[in-house]
Amino acid sequence: MSDPMKIRAQMKGDIADIRVLISHPMETGLRKDAKTGKLVPAHYITTLNVTVNGKTVVAGETGTSISRNPVFGFKVKGAKAGDKVVISWVDNLGDKRSDEASIN
Amino acid sequence: MKRTLILSAAMLAVAAMSNQHAIAQAGKSAKKPAAAAAKSKQAAEFEQFHEELEQDNPAELFELKGEELWKAKRGPKHASLEQCDLGLGPGVVKGAYVQMPRYFADVGQVMDPERRILHCMVTLQGFRQADLAKQPFSTPDQTPDQVSLVAYVAAQSRGMKIAVPQTNAQEREAYAVGREIFNYRAGPYDFSCATCHGQKGLRIRSQQLPDLASKEQAINGYQGWPGYRLTGGLMHTLQWRMNDCFRQQRFPEPGYASETITDLLTYLAVNADGHVYKGPGIKR
Repeated sequence: MSDPMKIRAQMKGDIADIRVLISHPMETGLRKDAKTGKLVPAHYITTLNVTVNGKTVVAGETGTSISRNPVFGFKVKGAKAGDKVVISWVDNLGDKRSDEASIN
Repeated sequence: MKRTLILSAAMLAVAAMSNQHAIAQAGKSAKKPAAAAAKSKQAAEFEQFHEELEQDNPAELFELKGEELWKAKRGPKHASLEQCDLGLGPGVVKGAYVQMPRYFADVGQVMDPERRILHCMVTLQGFRQADLAKQPFSTPDQTPDQVSLVAYVAAQSRGMKIAVPQTNAQEREAYAVGREIFNYRAGPYDFSCATCHGQKGLRIRSQQLPDLASKEQAINGYQGWPGYRLTGGLMHTLQWRMNDCFRQQRFPEPGYASETITDLLTYLAVNADGHVYKGPGIKR
């Protein structure tokens, strides 16, 4: 179970500025548990997809170099106010989440 | 590069002038404003960087989580926190954070926000205080529910002025005791909070240390909490901040949500009174 993303999408001139905050541990697999000394298993987002009105505008591959609870920002041409933005991610353990917002 | 330029400017001045005294003067006046300008430029750049960070603050994720927790029926009593009285009446969350710590007649005590939320979790939801205090601070593995709840409550006071009441005798006592603790020197380093936070213009590495005893700067310590720390990517509250200050001074660990912390927070909040609270922050 993952927590919702926070999506902000607004028109700046004729470019849509999309920003998303994702709640995710982004474990690299290299961190050791302070108590047990054992490695904490890797758990990170592997793909990130953004669509505007159903059309894919970002198809991203992500890895362990990205921080915990990451922020992503995109600038999209050709979008307009009211368009529906859907952002979805999948992680290496098969967890996934999709959230949507409309551009304002 | 800049320094060489200034130096060569000073050399030119040496060449042009014959009077030794005048030369020294020229060299000095050429150097000083340049150094000051460089410093303020750096500070301005850092501020801009910080503002950009604030626009997408992961603390918002915890505000969302906290709101969900606030409204959910939880605990042995299967109740939500919507009837929790944060000092402005049961269920009133807006503006409550900036008016705490305050005296609560139902317990006959002054309580800070986190302590009051814990009180509600115990009385309304039936959680046990001892369980809540077991792992009260965020770790990479978990964020305690109360941390998210504090973030939610604090966010409901965004943009409001800090107005901590000092009308009750106990509230005034909490402030006085808080001031005592703030100035109390002890431990292997013979430190007090005031050692670092009792005068203006101090810094540790590049970090400016606010003078928390002053009306102008106390807000700099109060602002930004609860906050998302980029170091480790963890959400922390003022309870954690105070605890860590004790650790840094090599003091014994203070009790979580104890009277000691409430008193210190009363001192801090009253000093910051009248300033606008910007909501949960982001820390380096």
